[in-house]
Amino acid sequence: MTITFHLNGEEVVLKDQDPSATLLDFLREERGLTGTKEGCNEGDCGACTVMVTDKTGAKPLNSCILFLPQLNGKSIRTVEGAADNDGTLHPVQEAMITHHGSQCGFCTPGFVMSMVTAHKNGATDHDVQLAGNLCRCTGYAPIIRAAEAAAEAPVPQWISKESLPAATSAGNMPGSSDELAALYAAKPEARLVAGATDLGLWVTKGLRDLGEMIFLEGCDDLKQIEITDDEIRFGAMVDMNRMREAITPLHPSYGEMIRRFASQQVRAAATVGGNIANGSPIGDNPPALIALGARLHLRQADKRRDIALEDFFVDYGKQDRRPGEFVEAVSLPRQEDSLRVYKLSKRFDQDISAVLGAFNVTVTGGQVATARIAFGGLAGTPKRASHVEAALLGQPWSQSSITAAVAEMGKDFTPMTDMRASAEYRLESARNMLIRYFSDISGNSQSVLEVQA
Amino acid sequence: MSVAKPLPHDAAKLHVTGKARYVDDAPLPRDALHLAFGLSSIAKGRITSMDLEAVKSSPGVVAVLTADDLPFANDVSPSIHDEPLLSDGSVHYLGQPLFLVVASSHRAARVAARRGEVSYTEEEALLTLDAALATDSRFEDGPRIYQKGDAAAAIAAAPHQIEGQFELGGQEHFYLEGQAALALPQEDGAMLVNSSTQHPTEIQHKVAEAIGLPMHSVRVEIRRMGGGFGGKESQGNALAVACAIAARQTGKPCKMRYDRDDDMVITGKRHAFRISYRAGYDQEGRLAGVEFIHLVNCGWAQDLSLPVADRAMLHSDNAYAIPAIRIESHRLKTNLQSATAYRGFGGPQGMVGIERLIDHIAFDLKIDPVELRRRNYYDAPEEMSHGGAAPRSATSPRNISGKMISRDNTTPYGMEVTDFELHALTDQLLQSAKYSARKAEIAAWNKTQGDLKRGLAFAPVKFGISFTLTHLNQAGALVHVYQDGSVHLNHGGTEMGQGLFQKVAQVAASRFGISMQQVKITATDTAKVPNTSATAASSGSDLNGMAVKAACDTIRDRMAAFLAQRHQCGLEDVVFAADQVRIGTEEISFAAAAKQCYEGRISLSATGFYKTPSLEWDRIKGQGRPFFYFAYGASITEVVVDRRSGENRILRTDILHDAGASLNPDLDIGQVEGGYVQGAGWLTTEELIWDQKGNLRTHAPSTYKIPACPDRPDIFNVALYKGENREDSIYRSKAVGEPPFMLGISAWLALSNAVAQFGDGYPGLDAPATSEEIWRAARRLSHGV
Repeated sequence: MTITFHLNGEEVVLKDQDPSATLLDFLREERGLTGTKEGCNEGDCGACTVMVTDKTGAKPLNSCILFLPQLNGKSIRTVEGAADNDGTLHPVQEAMITHHGSQCGFCTPGFVMSMVTAHKNGATDHDVQLAGNLCRCTGYAPIIRAAEAAAEAPVPQWISKESLPAATSAGNMPGSSDELAALYAAKPEARLVAGATDLGLWVTKGLRDLGEMIFLEGCDDLKQIEITDDEIRFGAMVDMNRMREAITPLHPSYGEMIRRFASQQVRAAATVGGNIANGSPIGDNPPALIALGARLHLRQADKRRDIALEDFFVDYGKQDRRPGEFVEAVSLPRQEDSLRVYKLSKRFDQDISAVLGAFNVTVTGGQVATARIAFGGLAGTPKRASHVEAALLGQPWSQSSITAAVAEMGKDFTPMTDMRASAEYRLESARNMLIRYFSDISGNSQSVLEVQA
Repeated sequence: MSVAKPLPHDAAKLHVTGKARYVDDAPLPRDALHLAFGLSSIAKGRITSMDLEAVKSSPGVVAVLTADDLPFANDVSPSIHDEPLLSDGSVHYLGQPLFLVVASSHRAARVAARRGEVSYTEEEALLTLDAALATDSRFEDGPRIYQKGDAAAAIAAAPHQIEGQFELGGQEHFYLEGQAALALPQEDGAMLVNSSTQHPTEIQHKVAEAIGLPMHSVRVEIRRMGGGFGGKESQGNALAVACAIAARQTGKPCKMRYDRDDDMVITGKRHAFRISYRAGYDQEGRLAGVEFIHLVNCGWAQDLSLPVADRAMLHSDNAYAIPAIRIESHRLKTNLQSATAYRGFGGPQGMVGIERLIDHIAFDLKIDPVELRRRNYYDAPEEMSHGGAAPRSATSPRNISGKMISRDNTTPYGMEVTDFELHALTDQLLQSAKYSARKAEIAAWNKTQGDLKRGLAFAPVKFGISFTLTHLNQAGALVHVYQDGSVHLNHGGTEMGQGLFQKVAQVAASRFGISMQQVKITATDTAKVPNTSATAASSGSDLNGMAVKAACDTIRDRMAAFLAQRHQCGLEDVVFAADQVRIGTEEISFAAAAKQCYEGRISLSATGFYKTPSLEWDRIKGQGRPFFYFAYGASITEVVVDRRSGENRILRTDILHDAGASLNPDLDIGQVEGGYVQGAGWLTTEELIWDQKGNLRTHAPSTYKIPACPDRPDIFNVALYKGENREDSIYRSKAVGEPPFMLGISAWLALSNAVAQFGDGYPGLDAPATSEEIWRAARRLSHGV
């Protein structure tokens, strides 16, 4: 596999590259660029954040779980490249010094690169931009002061102009879904790599050998978002930040959930398709998609089929996906917004849900016409609450119907106790989410996130 | 003068450009090897066989060592030699190092370390306090008891009694830089060790023992850590010793760094406590007697557990003059990671105990908790440093003429409190935070709400400064003035982000009257300053600042004497200021002065030494003066909670903190902000969970949740109290590393205050108050289940 990228403005060509090598190890061990730090090696702390620019713009990414082939044709800027060659500091670096944004300094390069990227993109929602960077020293206040102070400064020219090399196309890096379909049909044992936010950990934590890998990053046609009068269709390689942007105007509660889905860095890598195809029972996206009536578009060679998304999740660790078949897209019917998505986790940001509940009930003439209610974290798969739904259908949209439906929750789910939550808390919270949905839809509910001092 | 200026961290520019070098960043010689430990998979038992063939044949493996291969001491304990580097056949916790892999790369070592085939005879592990108590598994022969007066009698005689019990969880340090060490073999068997440690001398000592050489043959260097928080006081020993042994055996440089999951599984954390309390008090809430029982989960090895548990006892009074008190502390031995030093060193646990008790009484009596606290405060000293009469405790008895009668103002351990700043500090904070008005506004808002409630709480901090092991209260420094007038210095303290180097450099610059660019501090090095104490107990600036001052003054006095004689003026007419030296009527640059002194054959190098005065402490009796002084602070936190899910959030925090006459106010505010957030994290989202096998389930940031950026208070007002240390500390400043951590207690109390709005009872929260804990407490109050 031959990979070409720019690293702090210089072209790098890697021949015969081990495809499972991470960018972080490459930077630190091969290039001696030790400014980028390893904090957790699983994408949860952000100390390894670098700025990666591709045709669509600049993104912050966790280099610890980023495989080198994912960078083909892109441009990487590390903390060593944040300042100009003559040593002129980037405005966020200046501000971090002035506002005492660093103490031990170990998380600082990651923060700086998240800030450089956000600054370049004109993003001033600093808490969202920096939720994926952990700092144990400062309590974050001075870092936010620094981000605010630097916000107005113009983007330095050495950051604004980032040239991209031509992607090389040797090895398992298909350039379209057609190429992918042919390649995967011929090599059904290969491992498909989309954003690698999950697969990366198989390598860094599981120390597994992934065998032959096929990288989907070059399949631009899988990155389309199509919104028509009837449906919204997300290509499998649409990343979660782009999905957030697209879904927020249509289903704001869903958009708000995606804001809390992992972190800016993880969302920039994680894909809609990957979050479904990995079959995780705690992925946040599937319950929301299921509640909206999503259909999954699968492809094997030239054969395509569509299934209801909930039918894809057969059992824990088991999905309805055939050898050589891959997720091409997921589509949603356009509809009036009655969706609410509630994410319950120990920490608001960058935390896997204890319970993720998605509720979509329509009412006609005072009676429940349709009810699609799905949960993550309560079973071995993302799953609809079919008893609860049945209890609501045809009933008056009232407190007493809700009370009756809530009582059905135990028939749908027997959750487990783990380090995130007890079974009891999970089940009771799921019930309370339905109660909350009822008052939410009637405009009577508030989240602690909306309350201010 | 540089002292008191809000200068940035000395390495700030290096931090933001990625050029600040940590242990793992040093370029390695090509032949360097990398290490990893093979870990136990059971919590207690004996190894019956260890088949390491697959480890040895794993790609890149150079050597595999077990306890039998160790040349000398197999011990990395900082206290009583009960921590083998590699298991001696017995297993004491899940994650204990059993064998050591030496390989060509970090990854090769990690891969190989998982290939060991180990068989055990499993024994029943003690994983809980109850299990340890039931089997009398403990350190020391029995509980330590400190007391003053007859607490039981005082409680019985009081008009009101209260009792309660709660769990207080541990805490993972989560320094962003994991543990790391590098050993470079030198000629003649000597070893140079680069270690991410708060305690270079201990690393030197343990490495020397392990490779059978005197301490003079081991040199330990550390420029900076990526965070320590106590987690690098003793927990770095194993890596440094492993590297030194492997380097000795292979003759090659050896490096070891823990992967984050290994770090969390292997190393110790903050001690978890169960605290039971009983108190007697009058109608106004004045305490008559208090009893505490501390059950301390020390984990498998003694490590620093005794002084940690002692310090918890020493902070069981916090800010309150308690006429009669008894504190009973059980240091229990369990089959978990060995709990270790963590910012506050037991102090936070002791303080949470008394703050919980006071909160409970205030709830019971329906008295404003701040008012109740003030009634029980220690008395302020007779005269304030700013002049005028000091406010005193409202409860101080008065005689008929209204004159205050001095009451017993001593701590439970017999130390007179002579510097109590909290009366004035509390007044100022209540005012700046608009406590009363907000309390009323919140109460009104809460009446309009069903599922959401806001809560408000105040918490004071009085934290004792000094190592309770008295002999550790010493420090050394080495200062050189070069003939160009630049100054190079070393001291025994280590930089872990707290800004110690900058503060000490500010002291040196001030002593010589020179600008900061003229002063350079380089890596802490056991060959420069010997016999250092750990940079711990908040002591860094106090001790090392004084030692550096002493060294600078020695040189400055030599320079002054020479210059006075040479220029024929009085000694008092030689003044060092603004990069100049005024000698009588002449003025020359400091550089010129240095050159003249050099040419006059004046020694421009000196050591400095400092030991804290006035300390005397008997830890068995629990009597004496363990602390030089106290640092104070107070915080007010406002939160909101949702009873349906237990979700909660900090909305606003106001802090006023006493750093004395601060050496660097901005760096100190950084400690206060960061300390608060870390303390609040401990008591809210940071939950350590072990399964029934003793397997730590929260071993990575994916499952262990420290506060993230949006978790800091929306409104976060932090200020320093204007005052100065009443004791003769360095420039009358106060230590600031640990005390602010405990300001986070107000977040926990505020959550309790909010939950209390859902029903009639006292919430009785455990800590950490996770969403689930809050949901549970709110449900208990509103539904009685």
